[in-house]
Amino acid sequence: MSEPRPGLDLSLLPDGGVRWLDASGPNSDVVISTRIRLARNVSGYAFTGRAREGERLRMLAQVRDALSAVPSLSGSLLLRLEDLPLVDRQLLHERHLVSKELAGLDPQHPVRSGAAVFLGEGVGLLVNEEDHLRLQALRSGFAVAQAFDGVTRLDRELGGQVPYAFHREFGYLTACPTNAGTGLRASVLIHLPGLVLTKEIGKVLAGLQQMGLTYRGLYGEGSEVVGNFFQLSNQTTLGRSEEELQDLLVRVVRHVIEREEEARRVLVRDAGYIIEDKLWRAYGTLRYARSLTFDEAMNYLSGVRLAVGLKLITGLSVYTLNKLLIFAQSAHLAHLEGKVLTDSETNLARARYVRQVLLSEGSGVE
Amino acid sequence: MLCDNCKERDAVVHLTRIVDNAVTQLHLCEKCAAAKGVETTLSVPQHPLGDILQAVQQQASATSEDAAACAFCGATARDFRATGRLGCPHCYDAMEQSLRELLRRLHGSSRHVGQRYDAPVAHMVDKPDTLHDLRDRLRRAIDGEQFELAAELRDRIKALETEPV
Ligand SMILES: [Zn+2]
Ligand SMILES: [Zn+2]
Repeated sequence: MSEPRPGLDLSLLPDGGVRWLDASGPNSDVVISTRIRLARNVSGYAFTGRAREGERLRMLAQVRDALSAVPSLSGSLLLRLEDLPLVDRQLLHERHLVSKELAGLDPQHPVRSGAAVFLGEGVGLLVNEEDHLRLQALRSGFAVAQAFDGVTRLDRELGGQVPYAFHREFGYLTACPTNAGTGLRASVLIHLPGLVLTKEIGKVLAGLQQMGLTYRGLYGEGSEVVGNFFQLSNQTTLGRSEEELQDLLVRVVRHVIEREEEARRVLVRDAGYIIEDKLWRAYGTLRYARSLTFDEAMNYLSGVRLAVGLKLITGLSVYTLNKLLIFAQSAHLAHLEGKVLTDSETNLARARYVRQVLLSEGSGVE
Repeated sequence: MLCDNCKERDAVVHLTRIVDNAVTQLHLCEKCAAAKGVETTLSVPQHPLGDILQAVQQQASATSEDAAACAFCGATARDFRATGRLGCPHCYDAMEQSLRELLRRLHGSSRHVGQRYDAPVAHMVDKPDTLHDLRDRLRRAIDGEQFELAAELRDRIKALETEPV
């Protein structure tokens, strides 16, 4: 180990990097956030996976030089991931600001030299991920057009400075052919407890797939669905225009939201007092538990979030619940406690943190 | 994590269940989930990498492109089959035919219909090779036992090094 490094100063991130949590966007009770990312590569370089260290560092230097002419990222913060201790890289990942791959969280693929992220207001740029560049925009609620505008502006500005690899037939060239063409992945993080409780979720997810959408858990590729939070996104990137891909997501997600609302009405109508009892018990557990695993916390939070949506629990904001979703994760708790925690210490710290937040930010008035 | 029901296969679906006043998680394998009526959700690919490797491997095996290495990065079709990742943008030209087929399989189309892109004018002319770039490419060619490519790169490095500055 080299000399100990100071923890990441969270106040340095623009908006703490979590403005998308503020529940100000459309349909915020059901849709937590909207993200659009564009995969881009720079011509004249091997893709990151095949590049040597020197090439990756020159890539980062070239991007950095170009940014002075990219207004979308003026005043952005540059984080070199290889310079950050594991817990900080984990924290950035927990905030959905960097991918697992870029953060080097997989012990088999440690963080690579040249891995970096530029964080601006509502937009970010990942350098030397699987693709040289991953541009992303993140917005609160169901806000596809706004996210698209943000990332498109960044794309235009950056693409005018750095030569992207583009093919007359295949479009934007990417390391994995699953991203070629537009390189566009539009996704929403959506909470669907009504559909899960009414057991309608299977049909809905199957329908999504037929429409060309796919779903994943909280953390994208390969991650589990916990707490009834799903990430819905377009499955293909080639053969449809950027506008068509957006329209598809908007159309399908709007339909899913309607189905979720309908499921909630059915729950209240057919099982009102049973549901009410369960959801209050979920709240009670969060209020009084002394130890909470991540999965437990997410599941009870899901119940409380549903209760707030059904107006059974009042005096508790969606913003508070969104914050708990992010800040009750292990790297955040380690930051809060100022030290690396064991699993059982993490569970204790999580329960303590959740109790404090619920006590100070809402009484859940009956 | 094992399936809660059969305790045999890996759990792939995770449902929240409310039974006897408790919210519990139900972890099920594909089979047991199907028995409970959530079968269709599982045909959604959870691991795109696994999928693409399968698609790549399913493709007509040895083609004429197989033997050739990409002249820029030295990657071969064999490398692609092993990782599911291409080596550089030029690989798309080097393996154009089989890629067109694969893209059709993955996306239902191989033709980009979205936004067109023109590289900035200042870059329209290829930037001259730097010694750095060439040396990186040479090392990669040697690692991949692409000796013809390595010889060519070595010549270009020599030419650059002896060039009057
Ligand atoms: Zn089973
Ligand atoms: Zn190549």
